[in-house]
Amino acid sequence: MSPDSAPAAQEPDIAAGHAPRPGLPALFLAFARMSLAGFGGVLVFARHAIVDQHRWMTADEFNETFALCHFLPGPNIVNLSMVFGSRLRGIAGGVAAFSGLLLPPTLIMMVLAIIYARFGDVEVLRRILAGISCAAVGLLIAVVFRMMTPLLKRIDAVALLLMLGVFVAIGVLRLPLQAVLLLAMPLSIGATYLMRRKVAA
Amino acid sequence: MNAENPIWALISTFGLMSLFAVGGAAAAVPEMHRIAVDVHHWMTDKQFTDAYAIAQLSPGPNVLIVTLIGYAVAGIPGALAATLAMCLPTALLAYYVSRLLNRPSQSRWPGLIQAALVPLSIGLMAASALILAQSTDRTIAALLLTVLVAAIASVSRINPLWLLLIGGLLGFAGIV
Repeated sequence: MSPDSAPAAQEPDIAAGHAPRPGLPALFLAFARMSLAGFGGVLVFARHAIVDQHRWMTADEFNETFALCHFLPGPNIVNLSMVFGSRLRGIAGGVAAFSGLLLPPTLIMMVLAIIYARFGDVEVLRRILAGISCAAVGLLIAVVFRMMTPLLKRIDAVALLLMLGVFVAIGVLRLPLQAVLLLAMPLSIGATYLMRRKVAA
Repeated sequence: MNAENPIWALISTFGLMSLFAVGGAAAAVPEMHRIAVDVHHWMTDKQFTDAYAIAQLSPGPNVLIVTLIGYAVAGIPGALAATLAMCLPTALLAYYVSRLLNRPSQSRWPGLIQAALVPLSIGLMAASALILAQSTDRTIAALLLTVLVAAIASVSRINPLWLLLIGGLLGFAGIV
């Protein structure tokens, strides 16, 4: 039982869950912090910071905004920083959140790149990186598996076929991404539209 | 690199790629591999999988593998150019679209398009896994480690960082 859930539900228009709008440095720092905490994915930390910790958005506002960023191309979490920041403080807020998310980890990556360029041939480092690579591929397979589960449960044959087609075209045949997607996207959108109309009818 | 300016090649490559990266950074990995290793010969296969491992192990969005590719091509200016080219265009696109769609729930098209993109992004991520596995899992022990990590991460909620560290330790010990 959360003590503040009842009043929050009664007055949704007064932005019950909202803290005061953050300043630009606060936005920069908040996104820098969630980015540096986010080993292997920033999304979980972003949701925690924005909704639970700072209360800059409600859970619904977060989900709606994230859905938008997910259906647009590009790195989702980067899109999300720009959209969130600009909703809170206009375009300057978007830039502050965007640079907070990217600047500190980019600097870290450049230091790592310099170290790798100098010591990448050192035998011990090569062995460690090889082991990490194996584990990283395993993690990626697990994400694919988790995302596939709902399609398998629904026995969504059209979606599974499209998924297999993209996998073979890109992973096995190594065709260029643009060509494959320019064909696959209209196909998938058309199929989804027809399926939904059939369900609705 | 001939007479072509490498910075411009990075900007045009990643700027264009980001607009087709449906489903986030992991979905763009096969295309990054194709461009960086097969087309431009910016990196070897081994350097690419190392870059992927470093990006996974570091804090921040995993898309920052492009920072490492950019550095391999043209040093620090290349790293900055690749990062901005990959991140800024779609972030600006997201900004303008979010202003256009003040109430996205009113239309069913965003939901429909999102649902249609899901199988495509899963297919792309599966292709990433295959391409990376082909250059990583060259021994039986390495393949076994990948399969074990995939199984553990699929059924448990363990912090991925632990599995990466265990992989690094096994590599250090010379087991994989």
